[in-house]
Amino acid sequence: MTPSHPLGTAAREGARVVQVDAEVIRSAPAGIYQHLTLVAPGIAELARPGQFVAAAIGDEHSSMLLRRSFSIHRVSPQGAYGGTVEIVVAAHGPGTEQLLALPTGARVNLIGPLGRPFPVPQEPVACVLVGGGYGSAPLFWLADVLRERGCHVEIVLGAASRDRLFGVLEGRRSADGVTITTDDGSEGSKGWVSDVLPELITRTGASVIYGCGPMGMLRSLHEAAQEHGIVAQVAVEEAMACGIGICMTCVMPVRDATGTTKMVRSCVEGPVFRGDRVRWDAFVDGRCLVPDDALGAPEAGAR
Amino acid sequence: MVDLSVDLAGVPLPSPMMTASGCAANGREMHRFIDITELGAFVTKSVKAAPVSGRPTPRMAETDSGMLNSIGLQGPGVAAFVEEDLAWLHSIGARVVVSIAGGTASEFAAVARRVVRSPYASAVAAIEVNISCPNVANRGLVFACEPSGSHKVITLVREEVPRGIPILAKLSPDVTDITEIAAAVVKAGAHGLTMINTLLGVAIDPVRLRPHLAATTGGLSGPAVRPVAVRAIWQVSAAMREGRVPAVPIVGAGGVRTGADALELLAAGATAVQVGTAAFNDPTAPLRVGRELADALDALGVDRLADVVGIAHEGGLR
Ligand SMILES: Cc1cc2nc3c(=O)[nH]c(=O)nc-3n(C[C@H](O)[C@H](O)[C@H](O)COP(=O)(O)OP(=O)(O)OC[C@H]3O[C@@H](n4cnc5c(N)ncnc54)[C@H](O)[C@@H]3O)c2cc1C
Ligand SMILES: Cc1cc2nc3c(=O)[nH]c(=O)nc-3n(C[C@H](O)[C@H](O)[C@H](O)COP(=O)(O)O)c2cc1C
Ligand code: FES
Repeated sequence: MTPSHPLGTAAREGARVVQVDAEVIRSAPAGIYQHLTLVAPGIAELARPGQFVAAAIGDEHSSMLLRRSFSIHRVSPQGAYGGTVEIVVAAHGPGTEQLLALPTGARVNLIGPLGRPFPVPQEPVACVLVGGGYGSAPLFWLADVLRERGCHVEIVLGAASRDRLFGVLEGRRSADGVTITTDDGSEGSKGWVSDVLPELITRTGASVIYGCGPMGMLRSLHEAAQEHGIVAQVAVEEAMACGIGICMTCVMPVRDATGTTKMVRSCVEGPVFRGDRVRWDAFVDGRCLVPDDALGAPEAGAR
Repeated sequence: MVDLSVDLAGVPLPSPMMTASGCAANGREMHRFIDITELGAFVTKSVKAAPVSGRPTPRMAETDSGMLNSIGLQGPGVAAFVEEDLAWLHSIGARVVVSIAGGTASEFAAVARRVVRSPYASAVAAIEVNISCPNVANRGLVFACEPSGSHKVITLVREEVPRGIPILAKLSPDVTDITEIAAAVVKAGAHGLTMINTLLGVAIDPVRLRPHLAATTGGLSGPAVRPVAVRAIWQVSAAMREGRVPAVPIVGAGGVRTGADALELLAAGATAVQVGTAAFNDPTAPLRVGRELADALDALGVDRLADVVGIAHEGGLR
C-alpha cells in the first residue's frame, strides 16, 4: 500500500499567509449555493475584505491537482472553535461539486488570505457595492468595514433569477440601502445591475463603486463609474491554478501608473483592480488576448 | 540519518530536491511557504533576453492527474531578472539553477553571459538550458527536437559559462529517440541533463467544442506524465551505461508528488529531482517530498541516497 502523505502546512513568520488543514464545521444551502464555515487558524486574523482562499481538492492522491479559489465571505478571528473562515460555493465542475458535498468534520487544505483586498477610502464617502450572483459574498463584510468608517453604503445584488441571488437578508443588515435586479424579474426589478446604477450613483453622490461578479458585469460597472467621473474597484475571477503567484496562468492585461500595459497575475496583483486600469478591450469571446502594445507582446505580424 | 547529499557535476548539494522551472516563479512567492534555501537548489523560470508577455488566456486546463499549460515563457527579460530576482535569491543565500531560453542560439548565449557576469553569479549553482523552445530560424520547431539545433545552443552557451558552473540541457520527451538528443548535447559540452519537459497536448472545451487553451496546444505535466519521465531517464541512463552517451548526471523531473515518486526517478538513473506541478497543489511539496524521500530510504535500510541512483539498472535492491 502507498503510505499516506498529508499535504503540507505552513505559517512562516512575516509571510502574512498560512497553509492549514481546515475543518468544515458547518455547511448549509443558501439559494443554489452552499455556505461553508471552516476552522482555519491564522487566516481569519490576517484577512481583509476582497481577499480569497485557495482550496486543495481531496488528499495527496486526488486527480485534481489545481487549487480552487473562493472569495472570503466573512471571518471571525475569535470563534468558539478558533478562527473561522466562511466561503460561498457555487457548483461549477468536479472540484466545486466535491466541496459542496463535504460533511462537517471534513478536512480541506486551505491557503489564505491571498491577493490584494478592496482599498477603503480615507474619507467617509458614499459607496455603491455591486455583486453578481455569488459575487456578492465578500461585499457584506466590506460594507461593515466601510460603515464603521462612516461611509454611506448602498448594495446592489443582481442575478439571473431569484435563487441565484446571495445575501439579500444580510444586505439589509449590512447596508443603508439594498437594490435587487434579476434578469427574469423573479425578484426586485427586471434587468441588469447596470440599469439601476446611474440613478443610485447620482442620488447618493457615490464616489466609489465596488464590484465582484462576472467579467461583463464588472466592465459595465467600470463604464458607469467612468460616466460619473468616479472609480470602480472590481474583483475579477480569472482561471487560477495555484492562487499564490507561482504558475502565471491567471494573467490579464492591466495598465500600470505610467500607462504601460502588462500581463499581470490576478492572484497577486489582484483580484481587485481599478476599473480604469483594466484593458477591457482584450476580453473577447471567453478569452483574453495580449494587446499589441503590452510589454513584451509578440511583434505585430510575428504571431 | 540518511545522507541525502548529491554531487551535481562537481557542485555539492545538501539535498537532491529542486523546484522545476516555471513552477515556482522566481522564489519570493514560494518563500512565503517554505525556506527555499533548504532546497538542494531553486530553479528559476526560463528567462529570455527581452521581456515576454506570454500567450493569451486561458493558458491552462486541468486534466486527470495533470494539467496543460501554454504560458509562453512570460518573463521580465534577463536584465530585470538579474537585478530583481537573482539579486534577491543571492541575498537570502539560495543555491540557484538559472533556467535560460532563447529564440536563437545566440540569444541563449547572450542570456547566459548576462547571468554569469552579474554581481550575483556566486549564487548560481548551474545554468539549465531550456532547449524546448521554438527555434525562430527553423520555422518555430523546438531546438530539443533536433540534434544539430540543440548542439549549437549548448556550444554557444558553453563558450560563455566559466568552469565551475555546470550546464544542464533540459530535454523534451516529444522526440523519436531521446538518447540521440542527449548524445548531441553532452558532446557539445553539457555537464548534465534535466528531463523531462512537458509533453504537447490539446484539450477541447466540452461546451464550446473548441480548444480550451487560447493557444490551442499546451504542455502536459503532473503525475500523469511520470511514467514518461521514468522512461526517458531509464533510456538515457541505459545508453550511458552502454557507452552510447557520455556519462553525466541526470536531474529528473515529471510528475513527482511524493517521496515514493522521487525514489522512482532516482532508481531509474536521476541524481537529483525537481518538483513542478505538484507545487501548485501544495507549495511545500519541494521540501516535503525531500523529507518523505529520506523516510522512504530509511525504511528500505539505505544510508546514502547516492547508493540508489540508477539501481534499477543493476537488478534493484538486494
Ligand atoms: C479570486 C476568485 C474568487 C472566487 N470566488 C468564488 C466564490 O466566492 N464562490 C464560487 O463559487 N466560486 C468562486 N470563484 C470561482 C471558482 O474558483 C471556480 O468556480 C472553481 O475553481 C471551479 O472549479 P471546478 O473544479 O468546479 O471547475 P473546473 O472547471 O473543473 O476547474 C478546473 C480548473 O479551472 C479553474 N477554474 C475554472 N473556473 C474558474 C473560475 N471561474 N475562476 C477561477 N478558476 C477557475 C479551477 O481553479 C481549476 O484549476 C472564484 C474565483 C477566483 C479566481
Ligand atoms: C505552468 C508551467 C510552466 C512551466 N514553465 C517552464 C519553463 O519556463 N521552463 C522550463 O524549462 N520548463 C517549464 N515547465 C516544465 C516544468 O519545469 C517540468 O519540466 C514539467 O512540468 C514536468 O514536471 P512536473 O510534472 O513536476 O510539473 C513548466 C511547467 C508548467 C506546469
Ligand atoms: S494563479 Fe498561479 S500565478 Fe496566479
